[in-house]
Amino acid sequence: MNGGYKSKRSWTNVICYAILVILSIGTLYPVLWVVLSSFREGSSLYSPTPLPKASTLAHYRELFDSRSLLFTRWYWNTLKISVVSMILGTFLTTLVAYVFSRFRFYGRRASMSVLLSLSMFPGFMSMIAIYILLLQLKLLDTHLALILVYSAGAPIFGTFVSKGFLDTIPRSIDESARIDGASHFRVFVSINLPLARPMLTYLALTNFVGAWVDFIFARLILRSKEQWTVAVGLWDMVSSYQSSNFTLFSAGAVLVAIPITVLFLYLQRYMVGGLTAGASKG
Amino acid sequence: MKRYTQTASLLSLLCMGLGQLYNRQFKKGIVFLAAHAAGLLYAIRYVPGALKGLVTLGEESSRIELVGKIYRHIPGDHSIYLMIEGLIVLLLAAVYVFIYWLNVKDAQHVERMRASGLVPRTFRQDVRALLDHKFAYLMLILPGIGILVFTVMPIIFMILLAFTNYSAPDHIPPAKLVDWAGFQSFVDLLQLKTWSNTFYGILGWTIVWAVLSTVTTYFGGIFVALLIQKRGIRLKTVWRTILILPYAIPQIISLLVMRNLFNGQFGPVNQYLSYFGLGKLPWLTDPLWAKATVITVNMWIGMPLTMVLMIGVLSTIPKELYEAAEVDGASRMRQFRFITLPMILFSTAPILIIQFAGNFNNFNVIYLMTNGNPVQPDYQYAGSTDLLVTWLYKLTLETNNFNTASAIGIIIFIIVAGLSVGSYRRSRSFREEDMIQ
Repeated sequence: MNGGYKSKRSWTNVICYAILVILSIGTLYPVLWVVLSSFREGSSLYSPTPLPKASTLAHYRELFDSRSLLFTRWYWNTLKISVVSMILGTFLTTLVAYVFSRFRFYGRRASMSVLLSLSMFPGFMSMIAIYILLLQLKLLDTHLALILVYSAGAPIFGTFVSKGFLDTIPRSIDESARIDGASHFRVFVSINLPLARPMLTYLALTNFVGAWVDFIFARLILRSKEQWTVAVGLWDMVSSYQSSNFTLFSAGAVLVAIPITVLFLYLQRYMVGGLTAGASKG
Repeated sequence: MKRYTQTASLLSLLCMGLGQLYNRQFKKGIVFLAAHAAGLLYAIRYVPGALKGLVTLGEESSRIELVGKIYRHIPGDHSIYLMIEGLIVLLLAAVYVFIYWLNVKDAQHVERMRASGLVPRTFRQDVRALLDHKFAYLMLILPGIGILVFTVMPIIFMILLAFTNYSAPDHIPPAKLVDWAGFQSFVDLLQLKTWSNTFYGILGWTIVWAVLSTVTTYFGGIFVALLIQKRGIRLKTVWRTILILPYAIPQIISLLVMRNLFNGQFGPVNQYLSYFGLGKLPWLTDPLWAKATVITVNMWIGMPLTMVLMIGVLSTIPKELYEAAEVDGASRMRQFRFITLPMILFSTAPILIIQFAGNFNNFNVIYLMTNGNPVQPDYQYAGSTDLLVTWLYKLTLETNNFNTASAIGIIIFIIVAGLSVGSYRRSRSFREEDMIQ
């Protein structure tokens, strides 16, 4: 190859690097900004200098000490709700996906289509009915209600992706186990579940995160401040104080985002694997 | 040998369990008889009231009446509770009818077996068969109940609401009654000036938003993926890890942060602009700027996912294709145009449609970022960046126009379902599912 071609190629590479750097700055800037804000002194959104002059941990301390803010309580509430709905939701979704993947029974196609159409209704179309239902059951403003709503809704969104994964586990394995005398239940628990570990991770993660960050149902169901989750709490901080208490919000945001972000980055491969294994194969 | 008559089926049709008793299956017969008794009792007690409630939606609203010498508050019918109760009773009745049907089927089946000289299964064998051949149904019971109670029933309820006049200020129980109103809320939404103006305005923006946000994130993601995967670019993992970050941060956090970032008065973006001697921009307060801002922010949030998917797809394209193209003297551009692009589009077309549907209902980005604002005075309870879903949310929670909100929900469903069903059905996990086995 001649020199001209090479230099042209290195020029395009320089341009590519430049674009990548610009994109990275654009991506990182909001993140850095909120992290720096959480260490900034004072409480306002406005900061006279791009980098804070003096840093402080006061906002983090305030989050945990303040009596009016209840942040620790919200954090604990959220953790509890997310873990329980993760377990229940993953369990129910796996059941449904497994049945659709492994069994051929009367009404299978019909129920799959029903499930599919249900997932197309906007989730909060059912809000009012759920609200009245929970009111009647005297479950309003309880965490149990939120857990029930999340885990009952989990199969609607997770089933098809999980079914796509389970379909890739050869059915001949189950059949030979059945011939050896294993019950359906045993085949499910000791053969398919261990093989489906990536799918279970994906489901657990999406259910956990879904509950952790959900705002719509949490705001509808949890009425009193003590019962709130962090999503509702943070939203309230931004919408009621707006720019006057921004640094405190930043500290809260950092604390809420860290566990989820770390989880996501760590399990990135599963996430994408889960997404492409399901409905998305062209 | 007994002759096959329809006796058992007829007896079962008359009363659950009789057919089984006739077939000399006593345990099963008793179980069905008990179910029949319970069902009958329940039906007599609740079904007429529930049906009446569902049809009339209550006859008397709560009022204050003179009882003796003092005025008393008399609680009236609460139309919405009547509706929910009626719905629950009807659903239970449907379950009961289903069991009844199973019972008749069973009686018929057993009688036929006996007529042809076979020995019917004992009760214990029946239970075992349930665990074996009907295992699928057994596993579906628990999730099925959950979906029925928390999704199907609420959706039916909301569909019913669309055909009532349940809305503030004139028809909010318990003070007032709600009545059936046929297609009135749809007619109002599409034709009544005050509503239709808002509806068509928001529908137009929703479609523009869905198209633009899908296209920008999709092609933006492809572009970034190509940049990272380009031959000669180093530190691929670093770039990828940095650029995937927005995907990992919870949306609620990043959106609330963005909302402050673009704050017109104190936000850093405008602050920097004034550093450079430029004027402040109305990022979230001018209708057109606000629309541009939400689309940009949505790119920040949505591009990483497409990027990761595309990197995955790019790595599956066989290298030989490019080598062959190079041998044939195809330029980089032509290689991209005739190899990369078709391969990408082919394998991600379903995702494109799913993303379109998702953006059509993208509640978070709009509600948390702008709350639908800036205010649009011509609109009925909506702002300029409101999508149909956020409008629905506001109509439900803020202004209590439940009937209109439900009608909007049905319209959203029709649009989204029409788009998605086709694409799902065409996708592999639905259509060619038995190929891998």
